Amino acid sequence: MQAGMVIIGAGECGGRAALALRDLGYAGPVTLVGDEPHLPYERPPLSKDAMTSDAPEIKAIASDALLAERSIRHIHSVQAVAIDRTAHAVRLSDGSVLAYDKLLLATGSTPRKLPMPGLGSRCVYLRTFSDALAIRAHLSPENRIAIIGGGFIGLELAAAARKLGAAVTVIEAQPRILMRGVPAEIAEIVHRAHEAEGVTVFTGKSIADIADDGVEVRITLADGQQIVADLAVIGIGAVPVTGLAAEAGLSIDNGIAVDATLRTDDPDIFAAGDCCSFPLAIYDGRRVRLEAWRNAQEQGALAAKNMLGAGEAHDAVPWFWSDQYGLSLQIAGLSDEGKSTVRRDLGDGAFILFHLAEDGRLVAASGIGPGNAVARDIRLAEMLIAKRAKPAPEALGSQDVKLKSLLAA
Amino acid sequence: MSDWVEACAAGDIDEEDVMRFDHGGRTFAIYRSPDDDYFATDGLCTHEKVHLADGLVMDDIIECPKHNGRFNYKTGAARGAPVCVNLATYPVKVEAGKVLIQIG
Repeated sequence: MQAGMVIIGAGECGGRAALALRDLGYAGPVTLVGDEPHLPYERPPLSKDAMTSDAPEIKAIASDALLAERSIRHIHSVQAVAIDRTAHAVRLSDGSVLAYDKLLLATGSTPRKLPMPGLGSRCVYLRTFSDALAIRAHLSPENRIAIIGGGFIGLELAAAARKLGAAVTVIEAQPRILMRGVPAEIAEIVHRAHEAEGVTVFTGKSIADIADDGVEVRITLADGQQIVADLAVIGIGAVPVTGLAAEAGLSIDNGIAVDATLRTDDPDIFAAGDCCSFPLAIYDGRRVRLEAWRNAQEQGALAAKNMLGAGEAHDAVPWFWSDQYGLSLQIAGLSDEGKSTVRRDLGDGAFILFHLAEDGRLVAASGIGPGNAVARDIRLAEMLIAKRAKPAPEALGSQDVKLKSLLAA
Repeated sequence: MSDWVEACAAGDIDEEDVMRFDHGGRTFAIYRSPDDDYFATDGLCTHEKVHLADGLVMDDIIECPKHNGRFNYKTGAARGAPVCVNLATYPVKVEAGKVLIQIG
């Protein structure tokens, strides 16, 4: 009997992979294993819209009916505890064993824990829908929210908390917010937007002590300043979930190490999404790990193809977005690949920074503006990056030159 | 119930581009294809209600500005994740340099 395809992790990546296997015509068994009680769902709204609605709802990637129609077996609320590579089987926390022909690890990432004593029930992390619900309960005008970490999750949450009237303080240890991956010029706009909305933003401030008595959290900064909050949300990054893979003897290198086709060093085991590191073709195989929704989606679909033997290499440009207040930020490519930047103003305060490598190649583009003002040009930039184009800096900088015309060149 | 409504002048939209049109409390997206034909769809993406007029038109595809959901704007057909629900389309005609759409 055919063992079929087993996918560990029922998030964006795993869910998309399961659907993609069927889209590609695979007729054997497909089993999707998740440790949460929910259907596969989209996580991005958890720090955005789902936070500000009165009754947050799950935005499912597939309904029960769709999973049934596609004959996808979804096993929820269980963890995969061990992989027996010789037997081609995965043991689950409920004691059952699943045999596989090909296995996909889409185990995602988990919030990086703040390595400090004193954290209690009022110090929380945001990753899952249940986390979001718990945080949502505290977002009201009578509450004070401290956000530890000025990254995307923390800042989006800060914006949501302000919208609901809570008093918000953001504490970032780095000299500025969005230190990782966002140019200073853009981070500055975000910083000012938060201050204009009434958020207190501390940068370059490390935390000396946290005391959480279950009712209140008292945060003491290294300079002696104290912040008292009803809830502290810690958003200091994420770490890939690699334990299962590591115990099975698979290579780990800032994530489960895969090749360009998302295959681990076991030919029958693939990994995709937040949990894996892979060679990024557009940057000559630089090994990266991306924590991004679109990457999870694309790699889920690619892994499905390659589990069926396509052997196709990943060749996408990283893409990322964030919404805070009325501002939307989009980034294509990894800006640290650039040596110089060219700015293009789009009106209404919207602008894009094009990041060029030494040889003039466009390697990334970062944009910010109201609504979706930068979306179209970032998408065109993404295509130029994918083409490894070397557009003239003057053309990139001039609003009179349509980016689409550069694509045809 | 099948009024033709003037949406814009034909020259208001560049070739292979899109613009927004609001009428009677509803919002639409009007397209001009690379071969100079005009089309109309509902304005909002079926995934998360983002307006498609900020999106990119390439050939016969409109791509949502937010999450890259793709639709064929000529037929309304959804073209892959994250969108799975098709977009409503509306008849369009050009008369005396005006783009008219038939709103049912």
